[in-house]
Amino acid sequence: MWQAFRDEHVDQGFEVVTVGMDTLGAEACRPFMEAAPLSHPSLIDQHHRMAELFGVVNIPNGIWIDEQGMIVRPAETAPAPPSLAPERTSRLGGDAMPERVIEMGAEAAKIQYDRDSYEAALRDWIEKGADSEFALSPDEVIARSRPRSTDTSLGQAHFELATQLELDGNHTAAVSHFAKAHELVPDNFAYRRQAWSIEPGPDGPLRRFWQGPMTGAEADWPYEGDWLAETKAMGAENYYEPFVP
Amino acid sequence: MLTTSATVDRATFEARTGWQLKPEGACKGEICVPLGDAAPDGDMVDLAAIADRLGMGLVHDEAAGMWALGPETLGGRALATAEAPNLTLPDLDGNEFELASLRGNKVLLVAWSPY
Repeated sequence: MWQAFRDEHVDQGFEVVTVGMDTLGAEACRPFMEAAPLSHPSLIDQHHRMAELFGVVNIPNGIWIDEQGMIVRPAETAPAPPSLAPERTSRLGGDAMPERVIEMGAEAAKIQYDRDSYEAALRDWIEKGADSEFALSPDEVIARSRPRSTDTSLGQAHFELATQLELDGNHTAAVSHFAKAHELVPDNFAYRRQAWSIEPGPDGPLRRFWQGPMTGAEADWPYEGDWLAETKAMGAENYYEPFVP
Repeated sequence: MLTTSATVDRATFEARTGWQLKPEGACKGEICVPLGDAAPDGDMVDLAAIADRLGMGLVHDEAAGMWALGPETLGGRALATAEAPNLTLPDLDGNEFELASLRGNKVLLVAWSPY
């Protein structure tokens, strides 16, 4: 996603690190990472440490870190550059698409990314460093990072337990901790997508994007929400927060 | 941080939470929080006591025999300091990569998911 942009700027002392957040680990991320050769570090984050350490609550999110190791922009929506952006709905494509997928595609099409603003800001920072208007002061970085209450921390602990239980093959116990995490950290959409994506879905490439009850098996869905219902409820146009200079 | 007991050794706590346990308290970046009674006794850190001091959520799943400690909530924000935490994660081949190894570069750290 970022390889071409990275190659364009690597001589300016710029590097990209991508982090795939997935309980299911390297094997789940591999097909996406090996689709095109990557020369930048690309890492696997099974426990969503990005949420704990940086306050990442949705995907894709980006954090800017300067040469001294100071964060100059905290986690925010980081759309891939316009020229390189994959067609979101094409990943869901196919000829005879189930009704749910058609509806998901329609919602996904309403999701707004401010790709141009983000890319322009990034280029400005790469060029000007601390003099860039988009590089924030330490106080502003802290103030703009996600709110975190004791409930958030407790929810993050439940999420980590859920992940471990899932990896240990104890899915039932994992679901109960995922559900607690969802309840305690309502602003973390990645926590919800993660849990929904490991529930059953149709075979094939749609499997992990289904993220909701299977037709005819609605009673088996263990969570209160699902991707389609929640995206409709929030309004797909509000899925990502707009870029704030 | 996951553990199988209610206490954890100092080195693990420091590595996993990013909080250094010093005589003046638990420190991260420019912040130090006095620990008082929650200070580690020898090498062992009491999770409940330190969780209380640093505003960390602590969950115990008895059936699973595991404790999970959430991150600090000081200041009410995800970041207690603008100093980047030292993220260490494996690549596809399982080799650990340290974010700090890129000091001297500008870094765009991007989170994505295959779902």
